[in-house]
Amino acid sequence: MAKMNMIQALNSALDVAMENDPNVLCFGEDAGYFGGVFRVTAGLQKKYGLDRCFDAPINEAAIAAMAVGMAAKGLRPVAEIQFADYIFPAIDQIVSEMSRIRYRSAGQFTQPIVVRSPWGGGIRGGQTHSMSPEAFFTHVPGIKVVIPSNPYDAKGLLLASIESDDPIIFFEPKRIYNGPFDGQADGALQSWANHPKGEVPEGHYTVDLNKAEVVREGSAVTVVTYGTLVHVALAAAEKSGIDAEVIDLKTLTPYDIETISDSVKKTGRCIVANEAPRTSSFSAELAAQIQEDCFWSLEAPIHRIAGWDTPYPHAHEWSYFPGQQRFINAMKSVTETV
Amino acid sequence: MATSQPRYRVPAPKFRPGDEPDFSDLKLQPAGEAKRPGIDCSWKDTVDHATGLVGALDHNHQAVGEWNPELDPDTLREGLRHMVLTRVYDERMQKLQRQGKMSFYMKSTGEEAVSVAAAMALRDSDMVFPSYRQQGILFARGRDIVDMMCHCISNSRDNLKGRQLPVHYTWAEGNFFSISGNLGTQFPQAVGWAMGARYKNEDQVTASWIGDGTTAEGDFHGALTLASTYRAPVIFNVVNNQWAISTFQGIAQGDAPSLAVKGLGYGLPSIRVDGNDFLAVYAATKWAADRARAGHGATLLELYTYRAAAHSTSDDPSGYRPKEEATKWPLGDPIERLKNHLIGLEEWDEQRHEAMEAELNDLVVKSYKEAESYGTLHDGPLSPVPSIFEDVTADTDWRLIRQRQDLGV
Repeated sequence: MAKMNMIQALNSALDVAMENDPNVLCFGEDAGYFGGVFRVTAGLQKKYGLDRCFDAPINEAAIAAMAVGMAAKGLRPVAEIQFADYIFPAIDQIVSEMSRIRYRSAGQFTQPIVVRSPWGGGIRGGQTHSMSPEAFFTHVPGIKVVIPSNPYDAKGLLLASIESDDPIIFFEPKRIYNGPFDGQADGALQSWANHPKGEVPEGHYTVDLNKAEVVREGSAVTVVTYGTLVHVALAAAEKSGIDAEVIDLKTLTPYDIETISDSVKKTGRCIVANEAPRTSSFSAELAAQIQEDCFWSLEAPIHRIAGWDTPYPHAHEWSYFPGQQRFINAMKSVTETV
Repeated sequence: MATSQPRYRVPAPKFRPGDEPDFSDLKLQPAGEAKRPGIDCSWKDTVDHATGLVGALDHNHQAVGEWNPELDPDTLREGLRHMVLTRVYDERMQKLQRQGKMSFYMKSTGEEAVSVAAAMALRDSDMVFPSYRQQGILFARGRDIVDMMCHCISNSRDNLKGRQLPVHYTWAEGNFFSISGNLGTQFPQAVGWAMGARYKNEDQVTASWIGDGTTAEGDFHGALTLASTYRAPVIFNVVNNQWAISTFQGIAQGDAPSLAVKGLGYGLPSIRVDGNDFLAVYAATKWAADRARAGHGATLLELYTYRAAAHSTSDDPSGYRPKEEATKWPLGDPIERLKNHLIGLEEWDEQRHEAMEAELNDLVVKSYKEAESYGTLHDGPLSPVPSIFEDVTADTDWRLIRQRQDLGV
């Protein structure tokens, strides 16, 4: 075991994957010599050579397409999109191509690809470095969306994603690259060093892509979320004293409906939360499915916490980002309903 | 009614329905004139080629100049056969579509050399990323005709389980990638595949095809950037058949003097080729493949041709171009030209040609009878309904299991 932050854990996953399988290679804007603007690919070019970790031109569609072609040839490319906000030029190659090639070729070609991208808000990134565009991709058959919330899961999920035979959009919550975040803008910076999930094995292991995790057991209300907000929900539960059960989804598609419904049937109350603008965000899918599966166990309406239906603001970030107080208010409101 | 002068230029084709098409001011370089640079050349050595025209068959149907591939008569006859088969197949499938036997069809009439000659110049192990008008590659590579038809009529033996529109073939065994339908996406994918081949120390090259209109897509520019940067073994074919559905090629080309010149800006040798000249297409493709295989990188070929048929069975060209354009096209018809070349060599004659057409027509009719015995889109049997839930991902998750139950299959 070693102490790692999420960046180091992701770097370690790539290192292990490249060491074990010569078909794994990675590329992206600034991902080669420099090792990525967030340093996730640091040292890999030096260790594995120019043709296994390299810089790509600033053309996200071409980066995705290069991965499509390489995967069809039998490689396992890991493509980096520098910020999730920049993934849209690649959307045709992801949505119309890599996600459908297995299906439209009836299995003659497969797409073992990971598209990694730093994701989410909380870093004062303004409207072009803060987006949470996961719902665009959870809507697409044929790709899976994975979002870890800590270093241990980040490494295990990335290794599982690289070993998967299907394309995976792997979003990395950049606000918690260096430490968990309790959702209070003025709070002290935290580190992964003292967090149990900052203990990361140095070698190979995987975390199951089809499983959510109950990260806090409780009886009063179920909070279903992922990424940075997992830590905000945990902090809100501690601060409010409301005995919330917190579920970290980890994989959004396919999401682990069993773990969710087991919990909601137990607590009878549910909050679903995401950073993205509320309308059509992934919490809408969760709320719809939970009411279908758990309606007769629910004692209150399912409550949604989400970003507002505005572009992500810069100066007023903390009025937009779903912080600790919004979770506390929601937990109170949902548990007070008779 | 618009009466004022347009406030910006919107290019228009020279001829519209009712006009008499006249291509006499199209300045085309005569066959045999273009030089053949070494395969290790730079983009600078092809500046003239990018606006010229590489041709090997002259007006007298003689093979001339440095781009004559000097093919033996058997190879020429084989090429002729594949082109005639492509045309006979297209004609038959179009008729069957009109009879309601399939949902949609796209002919490649007039463009048979573009696909057949290229496929013959490549190795069968080379990977192709075609668009929807290169069915000639499948004939040149010997794909079973019944299998092709079973795909087009979406029956129980369609190797794509009824998931793709007709003519959007996939044939992995024949190193033929899955045709998308979203335009140009295959161009940068071909680069990724080519890099993969280099990475695995294999000597395959890739070839991809798009149309003139698709040169406006971002993927065209992304592909050329990638190929130039990583010196990938790729052949980029731009089939300039003059028409993107109803839009003439000037809407994509703008003020560029040709489509081939666009490759020069990326540092890629770029050549305009007479796409109706079997010998020229063969020679240019072979040259580009030799370059790629030797590690000199990618080539852009603009295949100058004319789309003699409609874009698809859903299109009616009489609404936007004169009917006579195809017959007035100055570069003629690829089948007629190769046939006349072989006749000039005394290696072919009209009787043998007619006999071959009849034989291939019988083959296509017979093949369709067999294909139909496995079902049609209209009457079935199709691939089983539950197959719509297969191949989405390697595993089937709870959502699809529930949805299949909802459908009741």
